[in-house]
Amino acid sequence: MNIMLNLFTTFFKIGLFSFGGGYAMLPLIKQEVVVDNAWITASDFTNLIAISQGTPGPIAINSATYIGYKVAGIWGSVLTTAGICLPSFIIMIIFTKFFVKFRNNDLMEDAFKGLRPTVVGLMAAAAILVGQGSFIDYKSYLIFSAVFILNFLFETDPILLTIFSGVLGILLY
Amino acid sequence: MESKEEPRIKKLWELFLVFFKIGTFTIGGGYAMVPLIEKEIVDVKKWIEKEEFLDMLAMAQSSPGPIAVNVSVFVGYKTAGLLGSIIAVFGAIFMAFVTIILVAIGLSNIQDNIMVEKAFKAIKPAVVALIAAPVLRMGKRAGIKGLGLLIPIIVVVLVALFNVNSAYIILVAAILGIMYGKWKKVEK
Repeated sequence: MNIMLNLFTTFFKIGLFSFGGGYAMLPLIKQEVVVDNAWITASDFTNLIAISQGTPGPIAINSATYIGYKVAGIWGSVLTTAGICLPSFIIMIIFTKFFVKFRNNDLMEDAFKGLRPTVVGLMAAAAILVGQGSFIDYKSYLIFSAVFILNFLFETDPILLTIFSGVLGILLY
Repeated sequence: MESKEEPRIKKLWELFLVFFKIGTFTIGGGYAMVPLIEKEIVDVKKWIEKEEFLDMLAMAQSSPGPIAVNVSVFVGYKTAGLLGSIIAVFGAIFMAFVTIILVAIGLSNIQDNIMVEKAFKAIKPAVVALIAAPVLRMGKRAGIKGLGLLIPIIVVVLVALFNVNSAYIILVAAILGIMYGKWKKVEK
């Protein structure tokens, strides 16, 4: 099959069948690009995750862009990035339309009553998963506590806190 | 017509700028976008109501694909329709795309830069705090207390300890919510 088409359909498939966001998508991405298509090696894939975590943007997008570029240059990366976004895009448009139209519907309201506390749990779990490997010494815990208190109690701007933490890291480590 | 078109273009440009800013500071994966959305979209721009925030996250997690894309589509669509959602997604992934291309070309070795590495050692725990804080805030606002607190705790255990896929959890939660609603009505 044409490599461009294959890149697009592979990432479309990844976008369509992976639930739970970036980290949950990684095993499926690995299966497709390392095992099934052999576009990059397993050690390249590990590198790629490290790069994704250290650059701006969602991890799934970073991986798609990187692999697309490595396999077929700039147009490859455009196709993989578009491919991974497209299923989300179509499904979320349908969801949003539905939400706007039926938000006062009883059934919908009941469903969301179950979903709200669940989402709080899912996000807390996300914080725990992102936290794995993020705490390396006592300074990590101090930074975590300071940022949490500033944001939770005083609603300090998250971007400001991110920049401030970055500067602190350069000074402390 | 002109007077109607101009604010729309202004709105789209504003959408792009806000999502560009959010995308640039989404470090360490899509969830890091949540505190930025809360600040920029809910508090500053007021494009999404506070009460809608958790519902939006619920939908973003029910849909496949990157959370960041799902959230961008929702906000973009509610703010400026289909074109709005395209612009929001474009803005959100713009910096991600450019940075990765620079790294892949070899123009940037951001990942080997010692300063970047040091900065990230401190940014990582900060991001964890920035994901946890708005969720607790929203949970409080949604009135989750008492026995209701058991739900998020069970979810954390299922996801973090047993690796249960969030799609199943969402599905079960929605069904249980509907069943509970029906049961309450019957009781009355």
